[in-house]
Amino acid sequence: MTALTSGDQRRKTRRTRPRRSPAGLAPWEERPSPAGRLGKGTLLTLIVLIVLGPLYTIVLTSLSSSETVNRVGGLVLVPDGITFEAYRQIFSDTVVSRAVLVSTLVTLAGTAVSTAVSVLGAYSLSRTGSFLHRPLLFSILLMFVFFPGIIPVYLMVSGLGLKDTYWSLILPTAVSAFNVVVLRSFFMNVPGEILDSARIDGAGEFRILFRIVLPMSKAVTAVVAMFYAVGYWNAWFNAMLYIDDTRKWPLALILRQYVVDSNPLPSATAGVTGDAPPTLAIKMAIVVIAVIPALILYPFVQRHFTKGVIVGAIKG
Amino acid sequence: MGVVTAKRGVDRRGASPPGRATPPPPLPWRAKLRRDWPLLVMNLPMLALVTVFWWLPALGNVIAFQDYNPFTGGILGSPVIGFTNFALLFQDAQFLRALLNTLSITAFQLVFYFPVPIMLALLLNSIVSARLRAFVQGVVYLPFFFSWVLVVAIFQQMFGGAGLVAQILRDNGREAIDWMTNSDTFLLLITSQTIWKDAGWGAIIFLAALSTIDPNLYEAAAVDGARRWRRMWHITLPGLRPVIVLLLILRLGDALNVGFEQFMLQRSAVGSEASEVFDTFVYWSGLRTGDLGYGAAAGLFKGLVGLLLILAANRVAHALGERGVYSRS
Repeated sequence: MTALTSGDQRRKTRRTRPRRSPAGLAPWEERPSPAGRLGKGTLLTLIVLIVLGPLYTIVLTSLSSSETVNRVGGLVLVPDGITFEAYRQIFSDTVVSRAVLVSTLVTLAGTAVSTAVSVLGAYSLSRTGSFLHRPLLFSILLMFVFFPGIIPVYLMVSGLGLKDTYWSLILPTAVSAFNVVVLRSFFMNVPGEILDSARIDGAGEFRILFRIVLPMSKAVTAVVAMFYAVGYWNAWFNAMLYIDDTRKWPLALILRQYVVDSNPLPSATAGVTGDAPPTLAIKMAIVVIAVIPALILYPFVQRHFTKGVIVGAIKG
Repeated sequence: MGVVTAKRGVDRRGASPPGRATPPPPLPWRAKLRRDWPLLVMNLPMLALVTVFWWLPALGNVIAFQDYNPFTGGILGSPVIGFTNFALLFQDAQFLRALLNTLSITAFQLVFYFPVPIMLALLLNSIVSARLRAFVQGVVYLPFFFSWVLVVAIFQQMFGGAGLVAQILRDNGREAIDWMTNSDTFLLLITSQTIWKDAGWGAIIFLAALSTIDPNLYEAAAVDGARRWRRMWHITLPGLRPVIVLLLILRLGDALNVGFEQFMLQRSAVGSEASEVFDTFVYWSGLRTGDLGYGAAAGLFKGLVGLLLILAANRVAHALGERGVYSRS
């Protein structure tokens, strides 16, 4: 047994998985017992239900008429007619549709800024031995272990006059050290011969980055962009700190105010979300709108991230 | 996750990457600058952002040693009071409560959250059908991409006073409990939220470690007569050990960080007694009551103790023969 578990041997042997039989089991594997299979199946079903169940009833409630919701007395579990009434009401009201617009624009602009800055920065840090390489790298790595604190950052943002501007939702969190380091480690894997030959042909650093390195790192760059996008869309704290003007609220603040705390929306001009307490269908429709971007971006992130970034990181 | 990748980044610094020519003798800095100025230009936007929103605020922590007043004095004009703010912190019952809450949340989650991604990874790894496994993986990763506002909203609809569970209990003639405002069960609530949101994503790193275990070991053990559970005990778990130890140490080094939005969002519902943690204390004592120097002192205390804990954790990792967050170069 000790020989089996020794690390050396593990590293030396090839990591090819033997061809599995059609059932997916290796020939030497014992068939699972019926009881074991039943237990595992139940457990997996339960896990899937715990994740998807809430989403199912939330989507269903947002698509139900107010009569159905009143009759059930809460979240709807069994479909009884589908109506888009709640969504129509939301988008006929300026408060929520404006928040959706704000969140969308902040997400797009923030992702563009963050990705551009991170790609340029990561490439500049990928060349060991260049001018000031070590201190510049150190200043990024230090971000992993120390956080300056909420209050000094707040004072900086308000001192720059960024309060109540959309920039306050973008600039303070524009650089993620994690994303920069992920990009950098991928850029460093581009074979040096290619870069050297480009240099001999007279290509400058910008041309090398945009013509050679970036096209070879498309997947990881896209994943990093997606991570930034999800982060901007989900961000709540920055908005709570810096945006006092309710007309500039992103969706996350609306979600808190209206769905979690059940308070009427601020400065609502007219319509359903004015002074009336929020109806459940409308609340759930706002939740669904907040989930949708994550659902759209998610399959992409999953496909590339799990394969590339994490496995690469742990093997490295 | 971040740290694991960071480690990779740092390790590369010393040795020259494979395939690259051995470095020529060091150039004088002028020649280097002439060669590398485009790289510096590329670095500039990032450097500017990091300087303005990281370095300068880090230095701005001097207000922790001042009786800071933004209107009369600012940083340069406010009187310096030394360590008074820090001394006051330790006489502040609310600060000590935040410290205690933070540590007990960390301890509770070490026991009840930390093993969940490992067990989930083992379960996912044991699914024979590749398609089923991809499906379950896709489902359990999903909540990681939701914001905390969303997760709290969803939990409220499930476990709140008007939520689904209360609704079902009432329909069956029982008394409903509002879990979302119950401070006695708050630890349980936040741990379930963390499991729901993060456990699936947390399993990835263990799945990656599992994929590096040589399958021939399993075959050899099976031939030697080791059955399923024995193989897990003698091959799988030793294979996971380095990752488990590393993440455990990192979590201990990060003991003062229990998340922020999750607590901010639920503080008003549960009350500050149960939900006050370090970061919420900084926010309320500094920004809400306006004593910025005092709040900054609490924040700086947390930052410095956190830094020390991470460095110590890394030492421990090295002492145990693991690679740690970064290696000494």
